[in-house]
Amino acid sequence: MTNAIDRFHLRHVAWLLASLALVAAPHVERLPWWITLLAAMLFVWRGYVALYGLALPRKWMLLMIAAGSLGGIYISYGRILGRDSGIAVLMVMLALKLMEMATLRDAMVLIFIAYFLVITNFLYSQTMPTAVFMLFVVWVITATMVGFQFRARQPGYPYQLRIAGGILLQSAPLMLVLFLLFPRVQGPLWGMPQDAFSGVTGLSEEMAPGSLSNLLTSDAVAFRVNFESADTPPPQLLYWRGPVMWDFDGYTWSAPRVPYPLPRSYEPLDNPVEYTVTVEPHGKRWLFALDLPAKAPPRSTLTSDYQLLFQTTLTNRLRYDMISHLRYRDSGDAPRYELQRALRLPGTSNPYTRELARDMRSRATDDRAYINAVLGMFRNQNFSYTTTPPLLGANPVDEFLQTTRAGYCEHYASAFAVLMRAAGVPARIVTGYQGGELNTVGNYMIVRQADAHAWVEVWLAGEGWTRVDPTAAVAPTRVQSGAFAAVPQGEALPLLLRGEFRWLHRARLTWDSLANSWNQVVLGYTIERQRELMQRIGIDDATWQSMITVMFITIGAITLVLALLMLRKLHSQRPDPVAAAYARFCARLARHGMTRHPSEGPDAFRKRATAARPELAPAIGTISDLYIRLRYGEQALAEDISALRRAVAAFRTRA
Amino acid sequence: MRLTPVYAFLSAPYRALRAHIDRWLFQLHGPEAGHIVLVQRRIFILPSRHGMLYVGALLLMLTGSINYNLSLGFVLTFLLAAQGVNAILQTFRNLARLRVAAGRVAPVFAGDTARFTLVVDNPSTLDRFSIGITRDKHDAIYTDVLALQSTIVGVPVPAPQRGVLRPGRLTLFTHFPLGLCYAWAYAELDTQCIVYPRPEAGRVPLPAHDIHDGTGITRGSGQEDFAGLRSYHPGDSPRHIAWKAAARGEALLTKQFSGRADTELWLDWRATSDTLGVDGRLSRLARWVIDAHTAALSFGLRLPGITLPPAPGDAQRERCLEALALFQPTPA
Repeated sequence: MTNAIDRFHLRHVAWLLASLALVAAPHVERLPWWITLLAAMLFVWRGYVALYGLALPRKWMLLMIAAGSLGGIYISYGRILGRDSGIAVLMVMLALKLMEMATLRDAMVLIFIAYFLVITNFLYSQTMPTAVFMLFVVWVITATMVGFQFRARQPGYPYQLRIAGGILLQSAPLMLVLFLLFPRVQGPLWGMPQDAFSGVTGLSEEMAPGSLSNLLTSDAVAFRVNFESADTPPPQLLYWRGPVMWDFDGYTWSAPRVPYPLPRSYEPLDNPVEYTVTVEPHGKRWLFALDLPAKAPPRSTLTSDYQLLFQTTLTNRLRYDMISHLRYRDSGDAPRYELQRALRLPGTSNPYTRELARDMRSRATDDRAYINAVLGMFRNQNFSYTTTPPLLGANPVDEFLQTTRAGYCEHYASAFAVLMRAAGVPARIVTGYQGGELNTVGNYMIVRQADAHAWVEVWLAGEGWTRVDPTAAVAPTRVQSGAFAAVPQGEALPLLLRGEFRWLHRARLTWDSLANSWNQVVLGYTIERQRELMQRIGIDDATWQSMITVMFITIGAITLVLALLMLRKLHSQRPDPVAAAYARFCARLARHGMTRHPSEGPDAFRKRATAARPELAPAIGTISDLYIRLRYGEQALAEDISALRRAVAAFRTRA
Repeated sequence: MRLTPVYAFLSAPYRALRAHIDRWLFQLHGPEAGHIVLVQRRIFILPSRHGMLYVGALLLMLTGSINYNLSLGFVLTFLLAAQGVNAILQTFRNLARLRVAAGRVAPVFAGDTARFTLVVDNPSTLDRFSIGITRDKHDAIYTDVLALQSTIVGVPVPAPQRGVLRPGRLTLFTHFPLGLCYAWAYAELDTQCIVYPRPEAGRVPLPAHDIHDGTGITRGSGQEDFAGLRSYHPGDSPRHIAWKAAARGEALLTKQFSGRADTELWLDWRATSDTLGVDGRLSRLARWVIDAHTAALSFGLRLPGITLPPAPGDAQRERCLEALALFQPTPA
């Protein structure tokens, strides 16, 4: 049944506007300014219409605004369907729907859109602060819904918020059960918009001079690591392997488009390190592991240059267990094409470097000696480490070695690899991260984008691929204590990466530890975790049928308990308040020998009582009048009931 | 609803079957005396149209959460689903254990609207908001019943004909607190309203009356000696309304004229013309009763099979009008 009475008041509009504004607020920073302005204007207009009881705008006007906005969105984004543009469309439509909202049903549709908008915020951020803010928003939206239902009196907004809060609190247990037991499906169900996960930072498959510099100043977390054993490996061994670059065009290094998934072997020289990595989504396929990984996590492959590649691009935080060997000896045999690829240099680029390489190699006895000579050159000549190097031109390696002589890992790795190749030593560049900060609060390691690093692997006969880090020759502190320890004093650094604010640093680690727990427990609750949970409660091969059965049984039990608790309040009944008050009055008089006979009516009893106790006549009169009116009168007014109660409470047989 | 002939042919058995099912499902037993407690089995609950829409929105949100693998999307969807389950319980509870009883109903004249008062009593310690009461599912009256309190609700019921008017089956319903569910209960209270015949309009002179005051002196009609004012009752002749006072903005007052208590006026069925028909004759009698009462005369009523001896006053007026309301003409 619907209600013909679709009363819609100013306060309903006000609550609705507040809810929608709250839920849309986080999108403002991502929307073009004109959409924000348009939506704000429509909001104000709607409020104005409600405040002064004006007419809503005509349909053709709204249609024109809609068409204009769609055109504008297409110009701004180059598309209509997509994550960002879709939200822009949703925003405009929402504001327009508001302009034609005339009934409670329209308002309810807007409420449901508001709930949906909460989810769109999660596409951009699922952090704890977002979650807390959105919980508040949901509370306000639910309170708005409750407000719509007050048909008789309006008990005011604190009451409205209290009812909504109560509903949400009571919903928490059931929500938890659904969250844990609802069978999860591996998404996506259909293709996501192309821009679904844009805007994430991380390493790329190419490395040109200066391409890492934006990473080096970013304190965003790349991944977090939990080590199995208490003693973490020393920082100078923490080389987190990422994309491996083989090809050089004279300016840019790049990783092969088609990786070789051929199995290779190496000889471990130490006990394996066991750890768990939780990597933030970076929109690329590779996973990070310590040099050298000993296995591939589920749904990923290990390539012949020891890259770990996930089956799809990483659009979600991923957690995987890893085993690595920090000391190892490569098997020493490499296919011919691989070595040839590792020697290739383009045309005539960087002639000075080639000349230098030939010259230095001719003076060295063997490859090993040559490597040491090059490292010695970096160490002893006036090469310096800086995160803000001068720009380089068409022959970057020549310029770097001849004139600028200042740079960071990328410049040194690139120059070193070119020097090796020019002298006939196969070399490739490995990018990844180096080091990491141990969070003592949560006892795990944080690896940030600022820890991005590039090093070189050379192929030595008999030893195979061997890691050489030329940056360590220039700035040994880089591998000991991070990029910013290696930077000379006086260079600008992000505030939080500076060392002087110790308490700030401590607070930051605590916060990161909380965020990490949040990521692991709430955001990291995946199909695999659900399986583990089912195993723990004794269901080994959890099919979706068995999970649904468990879920429904638990839901039933919880709902039953909730229903019993809620309906119990109904049975805390009290007798009829009027009869109870009159009975108290009679009991008081009875104590003084004035007992009302069962057959005696209230009026007769009043006469008898007044005659016996004339000094109480006014009080007896008032009470009897009220009682008679409430019992036999046409209307039992709530005010009369409270008046009767007050009169009886004040009634004293002794003055 | 328009029905094609085939459906029209089937509609009678369908309606009978439907009524049968309704009686069984909703436990309809006709009017019940005393108060009705809305116990659990009397209350029915279904999702409202908004509730259906809500479920649809949740499914959409669930699909989005799966597609984008949004953990917090799952949290939100499941929180809202739990909220929906909670709304079922809350809406049900909002109606449960209310006590409904019939209050006094003032008699009305045919063509007016009777107001059946309903006492809704909340014996629990829980405030109940937005309880709707409706007869026809179109117009509803909403009321709140706070904890341990009662509320009086007047349900307007049109009274087209004289006789006994029953309110029929009332529906008490609620959507509170979220509007996602619709809970309702039926209450058919054993209460009635007497509907007087509509008094004939216009000037209808009172029948000639015998005066036995023992003196043999004929007095005036009793409409000439102004005796005072009393508040207006529906049905009072417009001729007796104190229009001057009304024009001053005061409440409507009716002029009363002194008659003689010993003046015997008989309002007789036989004195009315046969051509008026039963209801026309009753209307005229009703007019006379009101006029005679306004004139403060002592009057009696003679109907076939009923004789009310002459008496003055309000009680006599009501007695007579009630007799007219309930009069059943015997088929001659």
